[in-house]
This record gives sequence, structure tokens and C-alpha cells, in this order.
Amino acid sequence: MDAPAPEGSAGPSPSITYGPPIAMLAEVTHRCPLSCPYCSNPLELTKRDGELPTEIWVDVFRQAAELGVLQMHLSGGEPASRRDLEELISACREYDLYSNLITSGIGLTEKRLAALKERGLDHVQLSLQGVDAEMADLIGGYKGGYSRKMDVAGWTTALDLPLTLNAVVHEKNIDRLPDMIDLAVTMGARRLEVATVQFHGWADRNRAALMPTREQAKLCGQRVAEARERLKGALVIDYVPADHHADYPKPCMGGWGSTGLNVVPDGRVMPCHAAHTIPHLVFENVKDTPLADIWWKSSAFNAYRGFDWMPEPCRSCDRKARDFGGCRCQAMAMAGDAAATDPVCIKSPLHAQMQASAQADAESDGELTYRIMPK
Amino acid sequence: MTEAECPRLLSGCRTKYDTVRGNWVLLAPERAIKLDEIGAAILAETDGERSLGGILDALVAKYNAPREQIAGDVVKFLTSLRDRRMLEVT
Ligand code: SF4
Ligand code: SF4
Repeated sequence: MDAPAPEGSAGPSPSITYGPPIAMLAEVTHRCPLSCPYCSNPLELTKRDGELPTEIWVDVFRQAAELGVLQMHLSGGEPASRRDLEELISACREYDLYSNLITSGIGLTEKRLAALKERGLDHVQLSLQGVDAEMADLIGGYKGGYSRKMDVAGWTTALDLPLTLNAVVHEKNIDRLPDMIDLAVTMGARRLEVATVQFHGWADRNRAALMPTREQAKLCGQRVAEARERLKGALVIDYVPADHHADYPKPCMGGWGSTGLNVVPDGRVMPCHAAHTIPHLVFENVKDTPLADIWWKSSAFNAYRGFDWMPEPCRSCDRKARDFGGCRCQAMAMAGDAAATDPVCIKSPLHAQMQASAQADAESDGELTYRIMPK
Repeated sequence: MTEAECPRLLSGCRTKYDTVRGNWVLLAPERAIKLDEIGAAILAETDGERSLGGILDALVAKYNAPREQIAGDVVKFLTSLRDRRMLEVT
């Protein structure tokens, strides 16, 4: 799957204890017909026979609603690869969860989409690998994917389902942002998410091929700002900038374990979609433990909650309630310590090194390494 | 927005009472917006049938407040939802 944009909710203030989660990401399968080189799924993908069965997912949705989850994002992999997607959407409606289908479009037909709407699907988020068939099918590694995607977009709007397009931008396509914006308008999308590639999971193998340059990232930001103004009231644009070239980190997940949780195909529960890259964390499984206990009590969710775990310079920094010390997974990847200050931050001792390596990756190019699904 | 126009939440945008947190929310694509009492009251009258004028009449009667003041709040709130593609005006 593509890394989801953080929810637009405000984070808790230092004195406030954590509340229940607002959103849950259900990665119902790792199976996917595409093989995007920036896929944030783990290198060790769960096979079909390791996936939770329908009845456990349905029960997890019930528990999530009771816990306080309002929005259920169905993702993967490609959620349409599951034959029981219809039943999963029905369960969302039964428990009054807002259902969001995050899809590449492959595996959907006009009839199936209509059936999903009938069962209560609220919103479709369609991933865009490129703005023409050549680029999209190159990045997705799936011939014919682009034209099917255009069909899915048309069916979605014809059914009066809200459509969001989600584009991961990187060195190879970031310069075509204006075309993406035009395409979103033409397709009748209400929202466009532009997320700069993040290097978790498979993406890490493609740093040289995908890292945008500082200039590209800057231009992209300017274009987003211009388009937001121009298209106000017509298209909403959410933007996740490239933090590799920034001075301060993003408030990752609005703070660890504060707004959302992520259930992976085999039932383990994680605070974010990349938390599997932190080796010392132990993730509990919905097959063994109630979701509420995992949220409130598990060691993985409590590991980086609040501020007590922070070392310097974060501990005494006045920005800590704004960015929560940045991304734990990025700290893990670059500093070898998930509790370290995110190296994106100008106050991190690794900041200069991180920027230099980002610049080197941006200037170099590499072959794309595609995500491979085990048979 | 004129009083004759009719505001309507777009498909995929709906309100619900959040029993866990004890408040109303507006659910929309990628957003869950906590509604205060006034926001919830405005959306309760925004049924897609009633015009802005009709909504104002209902709120004036309910809250016994000056129409001008209520109109300011309502238009501001509904316009912000329109800008965020959650509402249309026909
Ligand atoms: S391969 Fe591409 S479409 Fe499939 S899950 Fe990964 S990022 Fe999403
Ligand atoms: S030192 Fe830590 S809290 Fe301060 S800005 Fe940097 S990452 Fe954020």
C-alpha cells in the first residue's frame, strides 16, 4: 500500500492523556496485482493462508467501533483481492464505521463497485502510479493497469461515491504534478492526496531511483500552494512534503499511539504502517488479545507515547508537542535507534549526514526494484 | 450564499453521534470533524430540502437569538464546508 497521509486532527497537549483512536487501517491482505517499488508493505509479505478470516475481521471491526474508531480504512495490498470485501464493507456499515476503500482499482468491476456501494461503502481512494499509461504501468509493474484505473474512476463518480486520488510523488513523476492535478479535476475527484515517497518497506531499496532533488521538492510545494488557491472549492489537495530536505520533521501519526492503529493481514496490531521496521517492538495479535487492551496497555503502543521516552534534544525542546520528535521508524532507519531524534530535525546530530545522503540519492539514479509477492 | 439557495451535504459526508466521546461528528472522506453544539444544530437542519432561509428560521425559533447573528455563524460554517468539498449549494 501507499503510506496514508496523516489525519488532520490536532495532537494531544502535553498534559492530556491519550484518548481512543479515531481511525483504523485494516490491511486486509498483502496480495496485490501491482508491484510498486515504493510499496510500504514489509519485505516479508504475509501469504494468503496467513490472512485473518472474514469472521475475525468482522469482530475486529466491532471492537474498533466500541473502542471509538470512526473511520475504517480498508487497504493492503489490494483489498479487492479478497473475495469477502463485500462482507467486510457490510460489517463497517453494521457497526456504523465510515468505510474508505484504498485501492489500485485492479479487481474491481462496475458491478462489484455498485455492490459495495449498496452495502454501504462511503468513499473510494484510488492510487495513481502515473498520469499516463506508460508511466503508470512502468511504476505499478502491471500492464493495462492505468486504463482499468480510469474505468474505476468513472464508475466511482457515476455511482456518486466520493473519489480521492492518491499519488505518491518521487523523482520520476514529481515534475508532472500539474498533469496530476488536471487529471484529478477531469476525473471529477473531490480530493487529491500528494504524498512524497517515504522510504519504508520496499521503498528503502529504491532510494537512488526515487529520491527527489531539493529543487524538485521545493517546486512541488509551490505548485501545490498555487493549485490550492486556484481550485478552492473544487478540489481539496492534501500534501505530504518531502521531509528529507526539510529542517523539522513531520508530526508522524499525530504522535505515536494517539490517533490511529493499523491491523496487518495476519492480525498483529501496530501503531503505524511502518512500525514493523522497529525490531524490538512486540506486536500483539487480535487473535489472542482484545483490541482495546492492545490500544491501552500493550508495550508497543506505550513505547513512544507522551514525552517521557524522549532523549535530548527533544526532551527540552519547545517544539516537542508539535512534532512529537518526528518519525520513530525514520529514527530507527537512520540512527539505528527508534527513540533518537528524527534525523530530519536540524537539531539532530545526524541531520547533516542525512541531508548529504538524501542529496546523493537524489543526484544518482538506479534501477527500480519491484515489490515481489511470494507464491 | 443567498437565503433562497439550498445547502446539501455531498455524498459520503454524514453526521453521527459519537457515543464514545459524547459529541456529534461530521464524517467525510479522510476527515472526522468534531461538531460543537452549534455545528451539530446547523447540520441537523441542513437536510438538502430546506433553503438557507428556512434553516435560519428554524434556528432563530430554536435558539431565540437575533437572526443576523445566527446568519453570520451559519454562512461561515457552511461556506467552510463547501470550501472543503463536503457541501454543495444549489
Ligand atoms: S504494490 Fe503498489 S498498489 Fe500494491 S499495495 Fe503496494 S503500493 Fe499499493
Ligand atoms: S529536537 Fe525533537 S522535538 Fe525539537 S524540533 Fe527536533 S525533533 Fe522536534
